[in-house]
Amino acid sequence: MNRKLYVARSPRIAARMLGEEMLVMSGQGSTLFTLNPTATILWQAADGATPLDEIVERRICAEFEVKPEDALRDAEALAEDLAKHGILVISEQPIASTPVVPQEQQQR
Amino acid sequence: MPGLATSVERYSVVIAIGGVPVRVNTIDANFLEMLQDRYAGFVSAEGDAEFDFEVDLAAPAFPDPNADVSVTHRSGRWFMQRGDFHAEWEPATGTGRIRQSANPYSIDAVLRIVHTLVLAKQGGFLLHSASAIRNGKAFLFAGVSGAGKTTISRLAPADATLLTDEISYVRYKSEGYVAFGTPFTGELAKLGENTSAPVAALYLLAQGPENRIDPVAAPDAGRELLANMLFFAEDQEMVHWAFQAACDFVHRVPVYRLTFVPDARVWEMIG
Repeated sequence: MNRKLYVARSPRIAARMLGEEMLVMSGQGSTLFTLNPTATILWQAADGATPLDEIVERRICAEFEVKPEDALRDAEALAEDLAKHGILVISEQPIASTPVVPQEQQQR
Repeated sequence: MPGLATSVERYSVVIAIGGVPVRVNTIDANFLEMLQDRYAGFVSAEGDAEFDFEVDLAAPAFPDPNADVSVTHRSGRWFMQRGDFHAEWEPATGTGRIRQSANPYSIDAVLRIVHTLVLAKQGGFLLHSASAIRNGKAFLFAGVSGAGKTTISRLAPADATLLTDEISYVRYKSEGYVAFGTPFTGELAKLGENTSAPVAALYLLAQGPENRIDPVAAPDAGRELLANMLFFAEDQEMVHWAFQAACDFVHRVPVYRLTFVPDARVWEMIG
């Protein structure tokens, strides 16, 4: 049986779309990351409730020409990498809340 | 019975940087005189202050004056510490205490930290940059040490008002971003003028074979702005505020790469 993975945005980071790039800053250590297009899609879709395979199927396979099984494998590796940096939270259960929402070119 | 109580003379000076008046209290007249001299031009004649700091002067006996600064937040208080000072500040009461020796560098560091914390929640920041006013508009020149902040300041024409050659003070106001003069000096060792103007542009400095100005895309501008912002607090909320302030700024203010040869002609392109 395939395991389901859920991903959520970490509440410990701040994120903002600047131009075409998603900038993410970790609250711990003030480390700044720039997400690539795939990571940005994953980040934006990481609501804690949608399983990763659904995100891959609906968002990543729709955007890029890639086989679903390859895309899922890459997405799992990417999610684990982002989790190591404290950007995403991964769980085999739905994740209750994701208080940090990326602000895209918001006006003050 | 007489003689049980003795009165201690208490001296105060209000130092207003960026329009934020901070009163510093001491019992040492020589220290007060040093402050008045150090912050000349930023000493407010008005007695009102937003924040009050008591300075306890101690012998310079701290172990490591080159240690990194530590700024932490606990139970509504900020704790600031470096090898040469310890300070506490409670924003809710507007009061704080600094323990340091009688030198200008420690209190200068505390003031920079306090202003950084005050500005962050208001969408402003301190920036490693020179800044100057020309034709009623403020221009910021950011860069790491050696990028040309001192050079661009030294080359400023007579009609430019130097706000700082080292640390710029940027506040967010309803009408936009405003740059203020600061007494925080670099190699020029010249205090900025205590005045302000709306920010017209941020230039990221680079020295090269010709004078040229190139626009900088928002993501690069954001990254470079963050790299040049003064930021001390090991506090998640403050990191968020600083990050959002940088993103807001590059969204609203044009950011350019200013490549220049070190002569006065560069200022023909500015203002």
